[in-house]
Order: sequence, then structure tokens, then C-alpha cells
Amino acid sequence: MKKTLLFSALLLTLSSQAFAAEEIALPKQHWPHKSLFGAYDKAAVQRGFQVYKEVRSSCHAMKFLSYRNLGDLGYTPDEVKAVAAQYTVTDGPNDDGEMFERTALPSDPFKSPFKNDKAARAANNGALPPDMSLLVKAREGAEDYIFGVLTGFEDAPAGLEMQPGMNYNKYFPGHQIAMAKPLADGQVSYSDGTGASLEQEARDVTQFLAWASEPHMEQRKQTGLKVILFLLAFAGIMYKAKKKIWAQLK
Amino acid sequence: MDSTLKKGGNRRDFLYLTAGAMGAVSVGSAVWPLVDSMNPAADTLALASTEVDISKVEVGQAITAVWRGAPVFIRHRTPEEIAQVRGEDWQSLRDPQKDEDRVKKAEWLIIKGVCTHLGCIPLGTKPGQPRGDFGGWFCPCHGSHYDISGRIRKGPAPKNLTVPTYEFVTDTLVRIG
Amino acid sequence: MAGSAKTEKFDNKTIQWINDRLPVFSMMQNEYGKFPTPRNFNYFWNFGAIAMAMLGIMIVTGIFLAMNYVPTGSMAFESIERMSRDVNYGWLLRYTHMNGASFFFIAVYIHIFRGLFYGSYKKPRELIWIFGVVIMLLMMATAFMGYALPWSQMSGWGVTVITSLFSAVPLVGDGLVTWLWGGFSVDSPTLNRFYALHFLLPFLICAVVFVHVWALHVTGSNNPTGVEPKSEKDTIPFSPYYTTKDSFGTVVFLVLFMAMVFFAPLLLTEPDHFKQFDPMQTPSHIVPEWYFLPFYAILRAFTLDISIPFTHIVLLTAKLQGVLAMFGSILLLLFLPWLDTSPVRSARYRPVYKWCLMLLIAAMAALTYAGAKPPEGAAVWFGRVGTFYYFLHFLVIVPWLGKNEKTLPLPKSIHEEVED
Repeated sequence: MKKTLLFSALLLTLSSQAFAAEEIALPKQHWPHKSLFGAYDKAAVQRGFQVYKEVRSSCHAMKFLSYRNLGDLGYTPDEVKAVAAQYTVTDGPNDDGEMFERTALPSDPFKSPFKNDKAARAANNGALPPDMSLLVKAREGAEDYIFGVLTGFEDAPAGLEMQPGMNYNKYFPGHQIAMAKPLADGQVSYSDGTGASLEQEARDVTQFLAWASEPHMEQRKQTGLKVILFLLAFAGIMYKAKKKIWAQLK
Repeated sequence: MDSTLKKGGNRRDFLYLTAGAMGAVSVGSAVWPLVDSMNPAADTLALASTEVDISKVEVGQAITAVWRGAPVFIRHRTPEEIAQVRGEDWQSLRDPQKDEDRVKKAEWLIIKGVCTHLGCIPLGTKPGQPRGDFGGWFCPCHGSHYDISGRIRKGPAPKNLTVPTYEFVTDTLVRIG
Repeated sequence: MAGSAKTEKFDNKTIQWINDRLPVFSMMQNEYGKFPTPRNFNYFWNFGAIAMAMLGIMIVTGIFLAMNYVPTGSMAFESIERMSRDVNYGWLLRYTHMNGASFFFIAVYIHIFRGLFYGSYKKPRELIWIFGVVIMLLMMATAFMGYALPWSQMSGWGVTVITSLFSAVPLVGDGLVTWLWGGFSVDSPTLNRFYALHFLLPFLICAVVFVHVWALHVTGSNNPTGVEPKSEKDTIPFSPYYTTKDSFGTVVFLVLFMAMVFFAPLLLTEPDHFKQFDPMQTPSHIVPEWYFLPFYAILRAFTLDISIPFTHIVLLTAKLQGVLAMFGSILLLLFLPWLDTSPVRSARYRPVYKWCLMLLIAAMAALTYAGAKPPEGAAVWFGRVGTFYYFLHFLVIVPWLGKNEKTLPLPKSIHEEVED
């Protein structure tokens, strides 16, 4: 009986919820890596990493990334090592059976800000800051959504009753988000001299997250081009061969 | 079934050959990703080097470090042991090698703890374990005896225990790999 | 086959030696070389070979993916991420397998439509058709179980919803669901058994494909006219004519498939597929893969319990009606060779049936739309009308038309039709 209820409730909620929330139109942004053969803007992605590291890594984990992956962004092995060395990670147990702290190595995954999900909730008013390694792929609206939420913080319109601890965001579904406005003008100072406006920071960190969720995109598109061209030629040859053979029939 | 194919001229033969070759190329290039997926993955390769603190290994002691999922023996050799392995006639050994060529610092012997016969882990690193007839290591699987330079002296193993690539980062820190 | 083996002669001595002992080469030559095949196939006839190629691609990529997959609740999602990020060409294997399922269904659905249009299920090819329906059922089971393996929000909740269907079974329903889950919720044991079955079923599919093709080689292929070959003029050897034609068609299909894999691998994938399964939180929007949508819509088309009038005794709950209709919609295909009473095979010569078939396609499209949308407004009606026509088509129109339709004159033979 319990399952019957669960099932019916599921079907109902699944199907109704989707349309219960009002549709929010996300402004479409231009993302260079989204075009057919587009590649990541490495400079932007590097800046985005800086924004993540200095601002967002205090709440959001990226457990599927390792420091070594930064090498793909154009950092030298020594730079990667230096980034990793800023963190200490728990390793062990050692020969005495004790866990110990050591400096992180390039082979270590990004250090999570919290020990586990419960600790993360406890520190964040009950809300869980999502892991960001797949965020772009895991959100309806992808890059536009991330950019929208990062830039969409506003004062709540008059008359809207906000839950305690929530912030108003015009692009977040339901408009009440537990995350406080993370980025602001001049939040970071870019090492390449780019002006750090809120919009620039949001754009950069979004591109960093896009790269993080699909690091093989460039390889995929390059291989794809070769594969498709080859297969098209192959199809042409097969068509001619087939025609020649069938010509013998009559 | 070939009779129909053979009647055509050169152009036709060329067409069929091209079609066949392209088929072979497609299959070949489809197989490569499959084969390559079985090679070590990026995260496995990233663990290819490991750093070991050897400051606590007393003279005469040995420790086992883990490198690429396999043991590496690090022995702090005594002056007598060094004198012994360097005083012997190395040219008559099965796998002739000078001890000097196998170590970077005479007192530190660093070798992979994998028997060159069939991959077992030789005994002799921990105190109390049998160290074989030559005072080094003894492989329990098929009875290979290694000396204190890790060279094969007796038993079925064909080669000396392998010396991994390593460097001394400091006097007490070794990076293997 | 065994009798003719002795008479075969091969130039190559090794081949001859093997063939004298095990006549595989004779078999190859008889079944794929000389095999007399109607000369008038159109490109619809490519999809059997294409489906076979897709089955091969799915099995091969699947085996290599399995080498990196960890079938436990705590590791599954992570192992697939590791596969996509760190394993050499892991992303390619994953995207090929993921989109391969869709393209396999595309090929098979076109193959089935071909059968419906040209009456390929009719006497003497009933068994070929029945094996085909069994293949489709096995494919659906395999695809569903494969969808569970990434252990994402979509996986976990898809499994929850579909396995919960079995709770509609009277009396034992709840026990059955607990048994399917191996626990009291969808969890690691469920995933582990799904993985075992997902690995096994494709080989079962191979076996049924083998008998499907074997039966085909007993009766020979149908053709666009639906008229049986009468003389040697009507047929050509399978090779080189259809081997080249099938290869050409397969390569063209591969172009489309690979374009998707390399340039739009996530086109058909919901964002919730990239969130790890959380048994405490249902995603806001959950839909099955596109190839299940029509059947999902049939499941949801029933909303009224059937009860004895003026009492509260429910005879058939809406949920059970939906479940029965969904399974029934596939199972009734098994009886199609007998439901269709028409003496004419090909829809080319059945002007009314042809339009009814087009209506069936429209109904399937309506059902697909209904299955993708929440059951509100127009989608509800698309679902109901689609379901109504689906059953009307197979249970009423097809049997009735067979007896009453005025068909067009058939060509005397295949070669006569080709030469016109």
C-alpha cells in the first residue's frame, strides 16, 4: 500500500511540479565554446579558476577534478604543483594507524570545503552548496543559468515575503536562494589585468565550470570532424561501388 | 561470387580496393579507442611518482614503500654490507652488474620488491624474515636468492631486482618515479 | 545445409580442409553469398543490417565500459565520471554507448515500420515477426536497465517509477516490488542486479536475432510488392548486391550516429542525468528516454477507476489499467499475423490500410508528445486519443479492413514490376 501511494504520488508530483514553477526566461549569452567547432577561451577559463579558487571554493566542492587537470588549462607542471601545495589534505593511515595531514599533490582531487554533505548543510543554514564539477551539465539552461544566477541577485520586490536566510535572485527557480550573493565588482584582482567587474567574473567562472564539466570537448570536436569527413568520403565510395555492382544487373 | 567482380576494368578494381581499404581503416580506427581504454588512465598515471621520507630508517634497517601499487624496498645498508657486495666478483654473476651502478648513494639501496621470475614479493625486508643464502632477499615462491645489492645469485629468477628511477630531493626525501 | 557441404569446392586448401569438417564456409556462401534475394528491395530493407551493426557496437562498447564501471550505489556515478574524464577515450565509449541506444531504437523502429508497411509478418513469416517482437521487448528491458547504471537522479527515479508499476499486480504487488528492489527502496542491491541483467540480456538478444535470421533464411525475404519470387528472374544473389547496398546504408547511418556522438552527445540527455541519485529528493521533471515515450503515455492515459456502478467496489484501478494497457500494447503485436486477415501483403496495394498506417504513425507521434509532457491540458488528450487509436488500429481496423478493403491489382511477378 505504501508503495502504491508512493507511486501515485510520484507520478503526480513528477508531472505537475515541472510546470508548477513559473518559467523564467534566461537571457541568452554568447559562449565561444558552444559553437559547432568552438574551443574554450583558455584565458577566460584560467580567470574563472581564479574566481572559483578565491571566492567559490569556500563553499562549493569540485570532487571530480584534480589539481593535475589544471595542466589542461595551460598551467605549467610547476604552477599546478604550486596551486596544489596551497592545500593540505588528510592521508593515511600511516604505519602507526593514524591519519595525517600532508601537502596536496597534483594527483589529489580538489579539496572539498566540508568533510561531508551533512557538515556542508550544517555550515550553510541547512542548504547544501552543490558540487560544481558537473554543474553546467546538471542544470537546465546550462551556462546561461549559471551566469544568470550569479548576476541575478537583487533586492526582493516589495511585498514578497522572504524566508529567513534566503536571498532574492531573479533567475533562480522560485527566486529564493540560500546562497548569498557570491560575486561583486572587484571581488578578485585578475593576474592578467582584466577588469574584474561582476559580469566579467561571472562570465569567467561560468566558462571555467563549463570546461570542468566537459574537459574533453575540444578533443571530441576535433576527432569528430575527422571521423565525419572520413565517413562521408567512405559513404561516397560505397555508393559508387554499389552503383557499379548493380549496373551489372541489367 | 567473385566472377562478377573480376570482369570490370582497372577503374572498377580501384573502386573496390578503395572501398575495402576504407572499411579496414574504419574498423582499425574504431578498435584503437577500445584498446587504448585498457591502458592506464590519467588518474593512474598521475600516481606514477611518490615521495618517501627515509629519515627514520636506521642503518641496517629496511622499509617498504608503495609505488604504482607495488612494493619498493629501501634498505639503509651498513658499511660491512657495502664492503661485502662491492668486494665480490660481479662479472661472473647471472646478470652481471656492479653494485655502484645500482645505487645513487652507497648506503641507500632502492629496488622494486618484485621477483624477476614470476612477480612474487621476496622476503627479507622485515627483521626476522629469511634473507636467503646471500643476506639480501629470498623469494618464497620458487626459491630465488638475492644479495644485498638485489642481484640474483641462486634460483630461477633471470634478472636482478629492478632499480626504479628515483632521485634524492633532499638527504632524507626520495622521489620514486 | 549438411547435404550440400560435400559438393562445395574452394580454391584455398585450408578453407577446403575446414569446410570438409565443419561446413561454415558453405553455409556462409549459401546464406550470404548465393542466397537468392528479391531484386526489388528499397532502402527500408537496409535497417535489418543496420540494427545488427548497432547491436554489435553496443555490445563492444558496453564490454569496454564494463571494465571501468563499479556497480555499487556509492561508486557507480563516480566511476562513470572517472571513465569520462580519466580513462583514455572513455568519453567516446560512453557517448557512443549512450547515443547508440537511441540509434539502435531508431533503426529497429524503422525496421518494424517496414514490416508493418509491407506486411512482412504475414504467412509464412509469422515466426520471424514474433522473434522480432521478442527482440524489441528484450531491447526495452536492456535499455531500461542500462539507464539505471549511471545512478543519476534520472536513473534512480526512473527505476523507482517503473519498478513500482509492478505494485499494481493484485495481491502480491508490494511483495513483488520489494523482491525486484532487493530491499525497501531502490538501492545498491537493485543497481547490482540491474547491472548483471544489463550485461546478460544483449547476449540473449543475439540468440534471438540468430533464430530471427535463421527463420528468415527458411522462408526468404519479403519485398516491396509482397509478391513471392516465382522464378530466377525475380531474385539476385545476396552478395555482392545486397552486401554492398547494406554496407552503403550502414555507413550513411553511421554518419548521422557519429555526428550526434561527436557534436551533440547530450542532445537527448536531461540535466538530471548529471546529478547523483538522491533517494530523498525527486527531481522536478522526470521523463523516460524518447523511445519509451509512446508506451509511457499509454501508461498514463488511464485516469478513471472502473467500479461497479452505485457501489465503491473498484474492479480495476486506473493504475492497473494503465499497466495492462502498456504491456498489452506491445504484447498484442505478437498476434498481428493473425489479426491482419488481408490476403495482400504490401500496403502499396492497400489504399485504405496505407492511410490507417499513417494515422498510426500520427498516433505514435501524439503519444510521444504526450509522454514527454506533464499530464495537463492538450497533452492529456493527445495521450487519450493516441492510445485509443493505437488499440483501435490493431484490434478493429486491421482485422476489419483485411476482409473488406478493395485492394489494387498485384503485379504478376517481381521482375515484371521492376521492369515497368
